[in-house]
Amino acid sequence: MMSARKSFERRRFLGNFAFHGSASVLSLLFLTPFIVAFLASFRRGAEASSPPVPPWPMNGVSFDAYRMLDTFGSGIWQHMLNSLIVSLGTVVLTVVISLLAGYGFSRYRFPLKNVLFVLLMATLMIPFQSILTPLFIMFAKLGLNNSLFGLTLIYVTLQLPFSVFMMRNAFDAVPKEIEEAARVDGVRDIRLLTRVLLPLVMPGVATVAIFAFLNAWNEFLAALILLSSNDKFTIPILMTAVRAGRLGSINWGALQAGVVVMIIPCIIVFLLLQRYYMRGLTAGAVK
Amino acid sequence: MTATSPSGKTRLNRPNRRRKEALKGLLFIAPAMILVLVLFVFPVLFTAWMSLHKWPLLGEPTWIGLRNYTRMFSDQRFYDALGFTAYYTGIVTVVIFAFAFPMAMLVEQKRRAVPVYRTFFFLPVVVGLASASLLWTWLANIDSGFFSPLMERLGLSSGRVNLLASFDLAFWTIIAMVVWKIAGFTMIILLTGLQSIPAELVEASRIDGAKRLQRFRYLTLPLMRKPLALALVLSVTGSILAFDQFYIMTSGGPQNRMITIVYYIVNQSFVSFNLGYGAALSIAVLVILLVLSVAQLWLLRDKGEQA
Repeated sequence: MMSARKSFERRRFLGNFAFHGSASVLSLLFLTPFIVAFLASFRRGAEASSPPVPPWPMNGVSFDAYRMLDTFGSGIWQHMLNSLIVSLGTVVLTVVISLLAGYGFSRYRFPLKNVLFVLLMATLMIPFQSILTPLFIMFAKLGLNNSLFGLTLIYVTLQLPFSVFMMRNAFDAVPKEIEEAARVDGVRDIRLLTRVLLPLVMPGVATVAIFAFLNAWNEFLAALILLSSNDKFTIPILMTAVRAGRLGSINWGALQAGVVVMIIPCIIVFLLLQRYYMRGLTAGAVK
Repeated sequence: MTATSPSGKTRLNRPNRRRKEALKGLLFIAPAMILVLVLFVFPVLFTAWMSLHKWPLLGEPTWIGLRNYTRMFSDQRFYDALGFTAYYTGIVTVVIFAFAFPMAMLVEQKRRAVPVYRTFFFLPVVVGLASASLLWTWLANIDSGFFSPLMERLGLSSGRVNLLASFDLAFWTIIAMVVWKIAGFTMIILLTGLQSIPAELVEASRIDGAKRLQRFRYLTLPLMRKPLALALVLSVTGSILAFDQFYIMTSGGPQNRMITIVYYIVNQSFVSFNLGYGAALSIAVLVILLVLSVAQLWLLRDKGEQA
Protein backbone atom coordinates (compact mmCIF):
# COMPACT_ATOMS: atom_id res chain seq x y z
CA MET A 1 0.00 0.00 0.00
CA MET A 2 2.55 2.55 1.16
CA SER A 3 5.01 1.75 -1.54
CA ALA A 4 2.33 2.01 -4.24
CA ARG A 5 1.45 5.46 -2.99
CA LYS A 6 5.05 6.43 -2.76
CA SER A 7 5.79 5.39 -6.31
CA PHE A 8 2.70 7.27 -7.47
CA GLU A 9 3.91 10.43 -5.82
CA ARG A 10 7.33 9.96 -7.19
CA ARG A 11 5.98 9.60 -10.69
CA ARG A 12 3.90 12.71 -10.24
CA PHE A 13 6.95 14.61 -9.07
CA LEU A 14 8.96 13.43 -12.07
CA GLY A 15 6.09 14.32 -14.40
CA ASN A 16 5.89 17.80 -12.94
CA PHE A 17 9.63 18.17 -13.14
CA ALA A 18 9.76 17.14 -16.79
CA PHE A 19 6.85 19.41 -17.65
CA HIS A 20 8.07 22.55 -15.91
CA GLY A 21 11.63 21.86 -16.97
CA SER A 22 10.85 21.70 -20.67
CA ALA A 23 8.31 24.53 -20.53
CA SER A 24 10.82 26.76 -18.73
CA VAL A 25 13.59 26.06 -21.23
CA LEU A 26 11.21 26.84 -24.10
CA SER A 27 10.00 30.00 -22.36
CA LEU A 28 13.59 31.13 -21.98
CA LEU A 29 14.26 30.53 -25.68
CA PHE A 30 11.21 32.59 -26.64
CA LEU A 31 11.92 35.42 -24.22
CA THR A 32 15.69 35.74 -24.65
CA PRO A 33 15.67 37.93 -27.80
CA PHE A 34 13.32 40.41 -26.09
CA ILE A 35 15.27 40.49 -22.85
CA VAL A 36 18.64 40.85 -24.55
CA ALA A 37 17.43 43.72 -26.77
CA PHE A 38 15.70 45.50 -23.91
CA LEU A 39 18.66 45.29 -21.52
CA ALA A 40 21.25 46.06 -24.19
CA SER A 41 19.41 49.20 -25.31
CA PHE A 42 20.32 50.87 -21.99
CA ARG A 43 24.05 50.46 -22.38
CA ARG A 44 26.34 53.46 -22.85
CA GLY A 45 27.12 54.58 -26.39
CA ALA A 46 30.61 53.10 -26.30
CA GLU A 47 29.25 49.70 -25.28
CA ALA A 48 26.49 49.62 -27.89
CA SER A 49 28.51 48.03 -30.65
CA SER A 50 30.14 45.38 -28.46
CA PRO A 51 28.40 42.00 -28.13
CA PRO A 52 25.68 41.86 -25.46
CA VAL A 53 27.39 39.07 -23.51
CA PRO A 54 26.23 39.72 -20.81
CA PRO A 55 23.39 41.88 -22.14
CA TRP A 56 22.96 44.26 -19.21
CA PRO A 57 24.80 47.60 -19.01
CA MET A 58 28.24 47.19 -17.44
CA ASN A 59 29.05 50.88 -17.08
CA GLY A 60 25.81 52.27 -15.75
CA VAL A 61 22.37 52.70 -17.30
CA SER A 62 22.08 55.33 -20.01
CA PHE A 63 19.73 56.50 -22.73
CA ASP A 64 22.52 57.01 -25.26
CA ALA A 65 20.99 54.52 -27.68
CA TYR A 66 17.64 56.33 -27.64
CA ARG A 67 19.36 59.70 -28.06
CA MET A 68 21.30 58.23 -30.97
CA LEU A 69 18.08 56.93 -32.48
CA ASP A 70 16.72 60.47 -32.46
CA THR A 71 19.50 61.63 -34.80
CA PHE A 72 18.32 59.48 -37.71
CA GLY A 73 15.85 60.63 -40.35
CA SER A 74 13.59 63.38 -39.04
CA GLY A 75 14.00 62.37 -35.41
CA ILE A 76 12.31 59.48 -33.68
CA TRP A 77 9.38 61.60 -32.45
CA GLN A 78 8.42 62.49 -36.02
CA HIS A 79 8.53 58.84 -37.09
CA MET A 80 6.69 57.69 -34.02
CA LEU A 81 4.06 60.31 -34.81
CA ASN A 82 3.84 58.99 -38.40
CA SER A 83 3.36 55.44 -37.13
CA LEU A 84 0.77 56.59 -34.61
CA ILE A 85 -1.17 58.64 -37.18
CA VAL A 86 -1.34 55.65 -39.50
CA SER A 87 -2.16 53.11 -36.76
CA LEU A 88 -4.73 55.15 -34.88
CA GLY A 89 -6.25 56.36 -38.14
CA THR A 90 -6.56 52.75 -39.23
CA VAL A 91 -8.17 51.82 -35.90
CA VAL A 92 -10.76 54.62 -35.99
CA LEU A 93 -11.73 54.20 -39.64
CA THR A 94 -11.81 50.40 -39.44
CA VAL A 95 -13.99 50.41 -36.33
CA VAL A 96 -16.48 52.98 -37.70
CA ILE A 97 -16.76 51.45 -41.16
CA SER A 98 -16.98 47.83 -39.99
CA LEU A 99 -19.47 48.78 -37.28
CA LEU A 100 -21.77 50.29 -39.90
CA ALA A 101 -21.30 47.42 -42.35
CA GLY A 102 -21.69 44.74 -39.68
CA TYR A 103 -24.92 46.37 -38.55
CA GLY A 104 -26.17 46.61 -42.14
CA PHE A 105 -25.34 42.99 -42.94
CA SER A 106 -26.83 41.74 -39.69
CA ARG A 107 -30.04 43.74 -39.44
CA TYR A 108 -31.19 44.90 -42.88
CA ARG A 109 -32.57 43.14 -45.89
CA PHE A 110 -31.46 44.38 -49.30
CA PRO A 111 -30.86 42.96 -52.76
CA LEU A 112 -27.56 41.12 -53.42
CA LYS A 113 -26.83 41.04 -49.69
CA ASN A 114 -25.25 37.59 -49.71
CA VAL A 115 -23.38 38.22 -52.95
CA LEU A 116 -21.84 41.40 -51.53
CA PHE A 117 -20.89 39.68 -48.30
CA VAL A 118 -19.25 36.79 -50.13
CA LEU A 119 -17.43 39.26 -52.39
CA LEU A 120 -16.07 41.00 -49.29
CA MET A 121 -14.90 37.70 -47.78
CA ALA A 122 -13.49 36.46 -51.09
CA THR A 123 -10.87 39.22 -51.04
CA LEU A 124 -9.26 37.29 -48.18
CA MET A 125 -8.16 34.72 -50.74
CA ILE A 126 -6.22 37.27 -52.76
CA PRO A 127 -2.80 38.26 -51.43
CA PHE A 128 -2.48 42.03 -51.21
CA GLN A 129 1.14 41.72 -52.33
CA SER A 130 -0.24 41.05 -55.80
CA ILE A 131 -2.07 44.40 -56.04
CA LEU A 132 0.78 46.64 -54.91
CA THR A 133 1.86 47.42 -58.45
CA PRO A 134 -1.50 48.88 -59.56
CA LEU A 135 -1.97 50.62 -56.19
CA PHE A 136 1.36 52.34 -56.72
CA ILE A 137 0.20 53.63 -60.13
CA MET A 138 -3.28 54.58 -58.89
CA PHE A 139 -1.91 56.46 -55.90
CA ALA A 140 0.56 58.31 -58.10
CA LYS A 141 -2.36 59.45 -60.30
CA LEU A 142 -4.46 60.45 -57.28
CA GLY A 143 -1.59 62.24 -55.56
CA LEU A 144 -1.82 59.79 -52.66
CA ASN A 145 1.68 58.36 -53.00
CA ASN A 146 4.01 59.29 -50.18
CA SER A 147 0.93 60.15 -48.11
CA LEU A 148 0.16 58.76 -44.67
CA PHE A 149 -3.55 59.13 -45.43
CA GLY A 150 -3.24 56.99 -48.55
CA LEU A 151 -1.36 54.33 -46.59
CA THR A 152 -4.06 54.41 -43.91
CA LEU A 153 -6.76 53.85 -46.53
CA ILE A 154 -4.94 50.73 -47.75
CA TYR A 155 -4.58 49.38 -44.22
CA VAL A 156 -8.29 49.99 -43.54
CA THR A 157 -9.24 48.18 -46.75
CA LEU A 158 -7.07 45.21 -45.80
CA GLN A 159 -8.67 45.05 -42.34
CA LEU A 160 -12.25 45.25 -43.57
CA PRO A 161 -13.11 41.66 -44.52
CA PHE A 162 -12.07 40.28 -41.13
CA SER A 163 -13.55 43.25 -39.25
CA VAL A 164 -16.93 43.22 -41.01
CA PHE A 165 -17.11 39.48 -40.40
CA MET A 166 -16.40 39.99 -36.69
CA MET A 167 -18.90 42.83 -36.36
CA ARG A 168 -21.68 41.02 -38.21
CA ASN A 169 -21.24 38.07 -35.84
CA ALA A 170 -21.26 40.43 -32.88
CA PHE A 171 -24.57 41.98 -34.00
CA ASP A 172 -26.03 38.56 -34.80
CA ALA A 173 -25.37 37.52 -31.20
CA VAL A 174 -27.43 40.41 -29.75
CA PRO A 175 -30.96 39.21 -28.87
CA LYS A 176 -33.67 40.72 -31.05
CA GLU A 177 -35.85 41.51 -28.02
CA ILE A 178 -33.54 44.31 -26.92
CA GLU A 179 -33.98 46.04 -30.24
CA GLU A 180 -37.69 45.51 -30.37
CA ALA A 181 -38.06 47.19 -27.00
CA ALA A 182 -36.05 50.13 -28.27
CA ARG A 183 -38.07 50.30 -31.47
CA VAL A 184 -41.27 50.54 -29.51
CA ASP A 185 -39.77 53.59 -27.87
CA GLY A 186 -39.17 55.00 -31.33
CA VAL A 187 -35.40 54.50 -31.39
CA ARG A 188 -34.10 53.18 -34.70
CA ASP A 189 -31.32 53.16 -37.28
CA ILE A 190 -28.23 55.18 -36.32
CA ARG A 191 -29.56 56.09 -32.89
CA LEU A 192 -30.43 52.46 -32.20
CA LEU A 193 -26.91 51.53 -33.27
CA THR A 194 -25.03 54.09 -31.19
CA ARG A 195 -27.24 54.26 -28.10
CA VAL A 196 -28.51 50.72 -27.66
CA LEU A 197 -26.40 48.25 -29.62
CA LEU A 198 -22.91 49.74 -29.44
CA PRO A 199 -22.37 48.95 -25.75
CA LEU A 200 -23.46 45.37 -26.44
CA VAL A 201 -20.96 44.80 -29.26
CA MET A 202 -17.99 46.42 -27.51
CA PRO A 203 -16.08 43.11 -27.22
CA GLY A 204 -16.25 42.82 -31.02
CA VAL A 205 -15.09 46.42 -31.37
CA ALA A 206 -12.14 45.70 -29.06
CA THR A 207 -11.10 42.71 -31.17
CA VAL A 208 -11.37 44.67 -34.42
CA ALA A 209 -9.44 47.61 -32.92
CA ILE A 210 -6.56 45.46 -31.62
CA PHE A 211 -5.99 43.73 -34.92
CA ALA A 212 -6.25 47.02 -36.82
CA PHE A 213 -3.68 48.62 -34.51
CA LEU A 214 -1.16 45.77 -34.54
CA ASN A 215 -1.37 45.18 -38.27
CA ALA A 216 -1.00 48.86 -39.14
CA TRP A 217 1.79 49.47 -36.59
CA ASN A 218 3.76 46.48 -37.89
CA GLU A 219 3.07 46.62 -41.62
CA PHE A 220 6.19 46.84 -43.75
CA LEU A 221 5.87 46.17 -47.47
CA ALA A 222 3.17 48.70 -48.45
CA ALA A 223 4.84 51.40 -46.36
CA LEU A 224 8.19 50.59 -47.95
CA ILE A 225 6.80 51.05 -51.44
CA LEU A 226 4.43 53.97 -50.96
CA LEU A 227 6.43 56.23 -48.65
CA SER A 228 9.28 57.83 -50.53
CA SER A 229 10.48 60.76 -48.45
CA ASN A 230 12.33 60.44 -45.16
CA ASP A 231 9.97 62.63 -43.16
CA LYS A 232 7.00 60.33 -43.93
CA PHE A 233 8.68 57.06 -42.91
CA THR A 234 6.93 54.93 -40.32
CA ILE A 235 9.24 53.39 -37.70
CA PRO A 236 9.81 50.01 -39.45
CA ILE A 237 10.85 51.82 -42.65
CA LEU A 238 13.11 54.20 -40.74
CA MET A 239 14.76 51.33 -38.89
CA THR A 240 15.30 49.36 -42.10
CA ALA A 241 17.05 52.40 -43.55
CA VAL A 242 19.19 52.64 -40.40
CA ARG A 243 20.02 48.94 -40.60
CA ALA A 244 20.92 49.14 -44.28
CA GLY A 245 23.23 52.05 -43.48
CA ARG A 246 21.30 54.31 -45.84
CA LEU A 247 21.19 57.09 -43.23
CA GLY A 248 24.86 57.02 -42.33
CA SER A 249 26.85 54.15 -40.87
CA ILE A 250 24.98 51.42 -39.00
CA ASN A 251 24.53 52.30 -35.36
CA TRP A 252 23.72 49.15 -33.40
CA GLY A 253 22.67 51.07 -30.31
CA ALA A 254 20.08 52.98 -32.32
CA LEU A 255 18.88 49.71 -33.84
CA GLN A 256 18.42 48.13 -30.40
CA ALA A 257 16.52 51.18 -29.18
CA GLY A 258 14.40 51.30 -32.33
CA VAL A 259 13.44 47.64 -32.01
CA VAL A 260 12.41 48.22 -28.40
CA VAL A 261 10.29 51.22 -29.45
CA MET A 262 8.58 49.10 -32.13
CA ILE A 263 7.97 46.11 -29.88
CA ILE A 264 6.80 47.65 -26.60
CA PRO A 265 3.41 48.98 -27.82
CA CYS A 266 2.54 45.58 -29.34
CA ILE A 267 3.33 43.71 -26.14
CA ILE A 268 1.44 46.19 -23.95
CA VAL A 269 -1.65 46.13 -26.17
CA PHE A 270 -1.56 42.35 -26.29
CA LEU A 271 -1.08 41.81 -22.56
CA LEU A 272 -3.84 44.27 -21.66
CA LEU A 273 -6.36 42.97 -24.18
CA GLN A 274 -5.28 39.34 -24.50
CA ARG A 275 -8.82 38.01 -24.13
CA TYR A 276 -10.12 40.01 -27.11
CA TYR A 277 -7.07 39.20 -29.17
CA MET A 278 -7.49 35.46 -28.69
CA ARG A 279 -11.19 35.74 -29.51
CA GLY A 280 -10.31 37.27 -32.87
CA LEU A 281 -7.67 34.65 -33.52
CA THR A 282 -10.00 31.72 -32.95
CA ALA A 283 -12.87 33.40 -34.83
CA GLY A 284 -10.57 33.97 -37.78
CA ALA A 285 -9.26 30.44 -37.51
CA VAL A 286 -12.68 28.83 -37.38
CA LYS A 287 -14.04 30.81 -40.34
CA MET B 1 -31.01 36.35 -43.62
CA THR B 2 -31.22 37.65 -40.13
CA ALA B 3 -32.69 41.05 -40.84
CA THR B 4 -35.75 41.87 -38.82
CA SER B 5 -38.38 43.01 -41.21
CA PRO B 6 -40.25 45.98 -39.87
CA SER B 7 -43.72 44.95 -38.87
CA GLY B 8 -45.67 47.22 -41.20
CA LYS B 9 -48.27 48.91 -39.10
CA THR B 10 -49.86 50.66 -42.02
CA ARG B 11 -50.65 48.11 -44.67
CA LEU B 12 -50.78 50.91 -47.21
CA ASN B 13 -47.10 51.79 -47.68
CA ARG B 14 -45.54 48.45 -46.97
CA PRO B 15 -43.58 48.01 -50.26
CA ASN B 16 -42.46 51.59 -49.93
CA ARG B 17 -41.20 50.89 -46.48
CA ARG B 18 -39.37 47.80 -47.53
CA ARG B 19 -37.62 49.77 -50.22
CA LYS B 20 -36.62 52.34 -47.62
CA GLU B 21 -35.24 49.59 -45.38
CA ALA B 22 -33.21 48.18 -48.27
CA LEU B 23 -31.83 51.62 -49.05
CA LYS B 24 -30.80 52.13 -45.44
CA GLY B 25 -29.09 48.75 -45.36
CA LEU B 26 -27.15 49.59 -48.50
CA LEU B 27 -26.15 52.92 -47.00
CA PHE B 28 -24.75 51.19 -43.93
CA ILE B 29 -22.55 48.86 -45.95
CA ALA B 30 -21.65 51.48 -48.58
CA PRO B 31 -18.40 52.81 -47.04
CA ALA B 32 -16.98 49.29 -46.61
CA MET B 33 -18.05 48.18 -50.08
CA ILE B 34 -16.73 51.32 -51.78
CA LEU B 35 -13.31 51.01 -50.14
CA VAL B 36 -12.99 47.32 -50.98
CA LEU B 37 -14.19 47.83 -54.55
CA VAL B 38 -11.92 50.82 -55.23
CA LEU B 39 -8.80 49.73 -53.35
CA PHE B 40 -9.00 45.97 -53.76
CA VAL B 41 -11.31 44.62 -56.44
CA PHE B 42 -10.45 47.29 -59.01
CA PRO B 43 -6.67 46.92 -58.45
CA VAL B 44 -6.99 43.17 -59.02
CA LEU B 45 -8.61 43.80 -62.41
CA PHE B 46 -6.11 46.56 -63.08
CA THR B 47 -3.25 44.13 -62.40
CA ALA B 48 -4.56 41.85 -65.12
CA TRP B 49 -4.87 44.81 -67.51
CA MET B 50 -1.37 46.08 -66.70
CA SER B 51 0.10 42.65 -67.23
CA LEU B 52 -0.84 42.92 -70.92
CA HIS B 53 1.19 46.09 -71.36
CA LYS B 54 4.73 47.30 -71.36
CA TRP B 55 4.23 49.78 -68.58
CA PRO B 56 7.11 52.16 -67.82
CA LEU B 57 7.09 54.52 -64.84
CA LEU B 58 7.04 57.55 -67.12
CA GLY B 59 5.51 57.68 -70.56
CA GLU B 60 2.64 55.83 -72.18
CA PRO B 61 2.02 52.14 -71.63
CA THR B 62 1.95 50.08 -74.83
CA TRP B 63 -0.16 46.99 -75.45
CA ILE B 64 1.98 43.89 -75.91
CA GLY B 65 -0.59 41.13 -75.44
CA LEU B 66 0.76 38.08 -73.67
CA ARG B 67 4.44 38.93 -74.15
CA ASN B 68 4.95 39.55 -70.41
CA TYR B 69 3.76 36.01 -69.78
CA THR B 70 5.93 34.42 -72.47
CA ARG B 71 8.83 36.36 -70.98
CA MET B 72 7.93 35.03 -67.54
CA PHE B 73 7.92 31.42 -68.68
CA SER B 74 11.39 31.78 -70.15
CA ASP B 75 12.78 33.83 -67.26
CA GLN B 76 15.33 31.82 -65.30
CA ARG B 77 15.21 34.28 -62.39
CA PHE B 78 11.45 33.72 -62.11
CA TYR B 79 12.02 29.97 -61.83
CA ASP B 80 14.82 30.57 -59.33
CA ALA B 81 12.46 32.69 -57.23
CA LEU B 82 9.73 30.05 -57.42
CA GLY B 83 12.24 27.34 -56.53
CA PHE B 84 13.63 29.23 -53.56
CA THR B 85 10.12 30.12 -52.33
CA ALA B 86 9.08 26.46 -52.51
CA TYR B 87 12.28 25.35 -50.74
CA TYR B 88 11.77 27.91 -47.97
CA THR B 89 8.06 27.13 -47.63
CA GLY B 90 8.63 23.40 -47.34
CA ILE B 91 11.35 23.64 -44.74
CA VAL B 92 9.90 26.40 -42.61
CA THR B 93 6.50 24.66 -42.46
CA VAL B 94 8.03 21.39 -41.29
CA VAL B 95 10.14 23.12 -38.64
CA ILE B 96 7.22 25.25 -37.41
CA PHE B 97 5.10 22.13 -36.97
CA ALA B 98 7.94 20.27 -35.29
CA PHE B 99 7.92 22.97 -32.60
CA ALA B 100 4.26 23.97 -32.54
CA PHE B 101 2.76 20.50 -32.08
CA PRO B 102 4.74 19.55 -28.97
CA MET B 103 4.20 23.09 -27.65
CA ALA B 104 0.44 22.74 -28.12
CA MET B 105 0.48 19.40 -26.28
CA LEU B 106 2.52 21.00 -23.52
CA VAL B 107 0.14 23.92 -22.94
CA GLU B 108 -2.94 21.75 -23.36
CA GLN B 109 -2.24 20.10 -20.00
CA LYS B 110 -4.04 21.26 -16.93
CA ARG B 111 -1.15 22.19 -14.73
CA ARG B 112 -0.04 25.17 -12.78
CA ALA B 113 1.49 28.09 -14.73
CA VAL B 114 0.28 26.84 -18.11
CA PRO B 115 -1.32 30.20 -19.04
CA VAL B 116 2.00 31.90 -18.29
CA TYR B 117 3.96 29.54 -20.52
CA ARG B 118 1.37 29.94 -23.25
CA THR B 119 1.70 33.72 -23.11
CA PHE B 120 5.49 33.51 -23.29
CA PHE B 121 5.41 31.21 -26.32
CA PHE B 122 2.90 33.48 -28.01
CA LEU B 123 4.59 36.83 -27.33
CA PRO B 124 6.71 36.96 -30.53
CA VAL B 125 3.54 36.52 -32.62
CA VAL B 126 2.26 39.99 -31.73
CA VAL B 127 5.39 41.89 -32.73
CA GLY B 128 5.88 42.73 -36.38
CA LEU B 129 7.81 40.53 -38.76
CA ALA B 130 9.89 43.58 -39.67
CA SER B 131 10.69 44.27 -35.99
CA ALA B 132 11.57 40.61 -35.46
CA SER B 133 13.81 40.63 -38.55
CA LEU B 134 15.61 43.77 -37.41
CA LEU B 135 16.06 42.35 -33.93
CA TRP B 136 17.53 39.10 -35.28
CA THR B 137 19.73 40.94 -37.76
CA TRP B 138 21.45 42.47 -34.78
CA LEU B 139 21.46 39.25 -32.74
CA ALA B 140 23.03 37.38 -35.68
CA ASN B 141 25.64 40.05 -36.42
CA ILE B 142 29.18 38.75 -36.09
CA ASP B 143 30.78 41.74 -34.36
CA SER B 144 28.03 43.32 -32.29
CA GLY B 145 25.45 40.56 -32.07
CA PHE B 146 24.54 37.94 -29.51
CA PHE B 147 24.63 34.43 -30.97
CA SER B 148 28.18 34.15 -32.33
CA PRO B 149 29.92 35.85 -29.40
CA LEU B 150 27.86 33.73 -27.00
CA MET B 151 28.79 30.50 -28.77
CA GLU B 152 32.41 31.55 -28.80
CA ARG B 153 32.31 32.45 -25.11
CA LEU B 154 30.70 29.12 -24.27
CA GLY B 155 33.32 27.30 -26.31
CA LEU B 156 30.77 25.91 -28.78
CA SER B 157 32.61 27.33 -31.76
CA SER B 158 36.22 28.16 -32.35
CA GLY B 159 36.25 31.81 -33.25
CA ARG B 160 33.17 33.71 -34.35
CA VAL B 161 30.94 32.43 -37.09
CA ASN B 162 29.27 34.93 -39.40
CA LEU B 163 25.73 33.63 -39.39
CA LEU B 164 24.54 35.82 -42.24
CA ALA B 165 27.44 35.36 -44.66
CA SER B 166 26.88 31.96 -46.25
CA PHE B 167 23.67 30.74 -47.81
CA ASP B 168 23.05 27.80 -45.49
CA LEU B 169 23.82 29.56 -42.23
CA ALA B 170 21.83 32.64 -43.21
CA PHE B 171 18.94 30.46 -44.36
CA TRP B 172 18.80 28.54 -41.09
CA THR B 173 19.15 31.75 -39.07
CA ILE B 174 16.10 33.10 -40.88
CA ILE B 175 14.26 29.81 -40.33
CA ALA B 176 15.05 30.08 -36.62
CA MET B 177 13.75 33.67 -36.54
CA VAL B 178 10.52 32.75 -38.34
CA VAL B 179 9.92 29.74 -36.10
CA TRP B 180 10.48 31.94 -33.04
CA LYS B 181 8.03 34.46 -34.47
CA ILE B 182 5.31 32.11 -35.81
CA ALA B 183 5.35 28.85 -33.79
CA GLY B 184 3.14 30.36 -31.06
CA PHE B 185 0.46 31.14 -33.62
CA THR B 186 0.41 27.61 -35.02
CA MET B 187 0.45 26.33 -31.45
CA ILE B 188 -2.80 28.19 -30.66
CA ILE B 189 -4.59 26.79 -33.71
CA LEU B 190 -3.48 23.25 -32.85
CA LEU B 191 -4.40 23.87 -29.22
CA THR B 192 -8.02 24.70 -30.11
CA GLY B 193 -8.07 21.40 -31.99
CA LEU B 194 -6.65 19.43 -29.08
CA GLN B 195 -9.10 21.02 -26.67
CA SER B 196 -12.05 20.02 -28.82
CA ILE B 197 -11.22 16.32 -28.43
CA PRO B 198 -13.70 15.00 -25.84
CA ALA B 199 -11.97 13.89 -22.64
CA GLU B 200 -14.30 10.86 -22.34
CA LEU B 201 -13.02 9.57 -25.67
CA VAL B 202 -9.42 9.70 -24.51
CA GLU B 203 -10.39 8.08 -21.21
CA ALA B 204 -12.33 5.30 -22.97
CA SER B 205 -9.43 4.49 -25.28
CA ARG B 206 -7.07 4.45 -22.33
CA ILE B 207 -9.31 1.97 -20.52
CA ASP B 208 -9.44 -0.13 -23.67
CA GLY B 209 -5.68 -0.36 -23.38
CA ALA B 210 -4.56 1.94 -26.20
CA LYS B 211 -0.94 2.94 -25.79
CA ARG B 212 0.12 6.57 -25.89
CA LEU B 213 1.40 6.32 -29.46
CA GLN B 214 -1.71 4.45 -30.59
CA ARG B 215 -3.94 7.07 -29.03
CA PHE B 216 -2.01 9.75 -30.86
CA ARG B 217 -2.19 7.93 -34.20
CA TYR B 218 -5.78 6.69 -34.11
CA LEU B 219 -7.52 9.26 -31.95
CA THR B 220 -5.71 12.60 -31.82
CA LEU B 221 -4.58 12.85 -35.43
CA PRO B 222 -7.92 11.99 -37.11
CA LEU B 223 -9.82 14.33 -34.80
CA MET B 224 -7.27 17.04 -35.49
CA ARG B 225 -7.73 16.94 -39.26
CA LYS B 226 -9.33 20.37 -39.55
CA PRO B 227 -7.04 22.39 -37.29
CA LEU B 228 -4.04 20.62 -38.80
CA ALA B 229 -5.18 21.45 -42.32
CA LEU B 230 -5.89 25.04 -41.31
CA ALA B 231 -2.50 25.50 -39.66
CA LEU B 232 -0.84 23.90 -42.66
CA VAL B 233 -2.59 26.14 -45.19
CA LEU B 234 -1.91 29.30 -43.16
CA SER B 235 1.75 28.39 -42.82
CA VAL B 236 2.12 27.58 -46.51
CA THR B 237 0.34 30.69 -47.80
CA GLY B 238 2.21 32.92 -45.35
CA SER B 239 5.55 31.45 -46.37
CA ILE B 240 4.89 31.73 -50.09
CA LEU B 241 4.33 35.46 -49.58
CA ALA B 242 7.52 35.90 -47.53
CA PHE B 243 9.41 39.10 -48.12
CA ASP B 244 10.26 41.17 -45.02
CA GLN B 245 12.75 38.77 -43.45
CA PHE B 246 14.80 38.29 -46.62
CA TYR B 247 14.75 41.97 -47.51
CA ILE B 248 15.78 43.07 -44.02
CA MET B 249 18.11 40.31 -42.87
CA THR B 250 20.07 39.41 -45.99
CA SER B 251 18.92 41.86 -48.71
CA GLY B 252 18.18 38.88 -50.91
CA GLY B 253 21.00 36.78 -49.60
CA PRO B 254 24.47 35.82 -50.68
CA GLN B 255 24.67 35.90 -54.51
CA ASN B 256 20.99 36.94 -54.65
CA ARG B 257 20.01 33.38 -53.85
CA MET B 258 17.30 34.35 -51.37
CA ILE B 259 14.93 36.15 -53.71
CA THR B 260 11.39 34.96 -53.01
CA ILE B 261 8.62 35.44 -55.53
CA VAL B 262 7.24 38.55 -53.78
CA TYR B 263 10.79 39.91 -53.54
CA TYR B 264 11.13 39.40 -57.30
CA ILE B 265 7.88 41.30 -57.91
CA VAL B 266 9.14 44.17 -55.76
CA ASN B 267 12.44 44.20 -57.66
CA GLN B 268 10.76 44.18 -61.06
CA SER B 269 8.03 46.69 -60.23
CA PHE B 270 9.75 49.13 -57.90
CA VAL B 271 13.47 48.80 -58.53
CA SER B 272 13.59 48.19 -62.28
CA PHE B 273 10.17 49.78 -62.84
CA ASN B 274 9.07 47.06 -65.24
CA LEU B 275 5.56 47.60 -63.94
CA GLY B 276 3.84 45.54 -66.63
CA TYR B 277 6.10 42.58 -66.01
CA GLY B 278 5.66 43.04 -62.25
CA ALA B 279 1.90 42.86 -62.81
CA ALA B 280 2.26 39.60 -64.76
CA LEU B 281 4.33 38.14 -61.91
CA SER B 282 1.64 39.32 -59.49
CA ILE B 283 -0.99 37.46 -61.47
CA ALA B 284 1.16 34.33 -61.20
CA VAL B 285 1.29 34.69 -57.40
CA LEU B 286 -2.42 35.37 -57.30
CA VAL B 287 -3.16 32.18 -59.25
CA ILE B 288 -0.92 30.12 -56.96
CA LEU B 289 -2.68 31.47 -53.89
CA LEU B 290 -6.14 30.93 -55.38
CA VAL B 291 -5.26 27.30 -56.08
CA LEU B 292 -4.16 26.98 -52.47
CA SER B 293 -7.41 28.54 -51.25
CA VAL B 294 -9.37 25.97 -53.23
CA ALA B 295 -7.18 23.26 -51.73
CA GLN B 296 -7.93 24.72 -48.30
CA LEU B 297 -11.69 24.59 -48.87
CA TRP B 298 -11.29 21.00 -50.00
CA LEU B 299 -9.19 20.04 -46.98
CA LEU B 300 -11.60 21.75 -44.60
CA ARG B 301 -14.78 20.41 -46.15
CA ASP B 302 -17.23 18.98 -43.66
CA LYS B 303 -18.10 15.60 -45.12
CA GLY B 304 -15.83 12.58 -45.04
CA GLU B 305 -15.36 11.57 -41.43
CA GLN B 306 -12.64 9.11 -42.35
CA ALA B 307 -9.40 11.07 -42.25
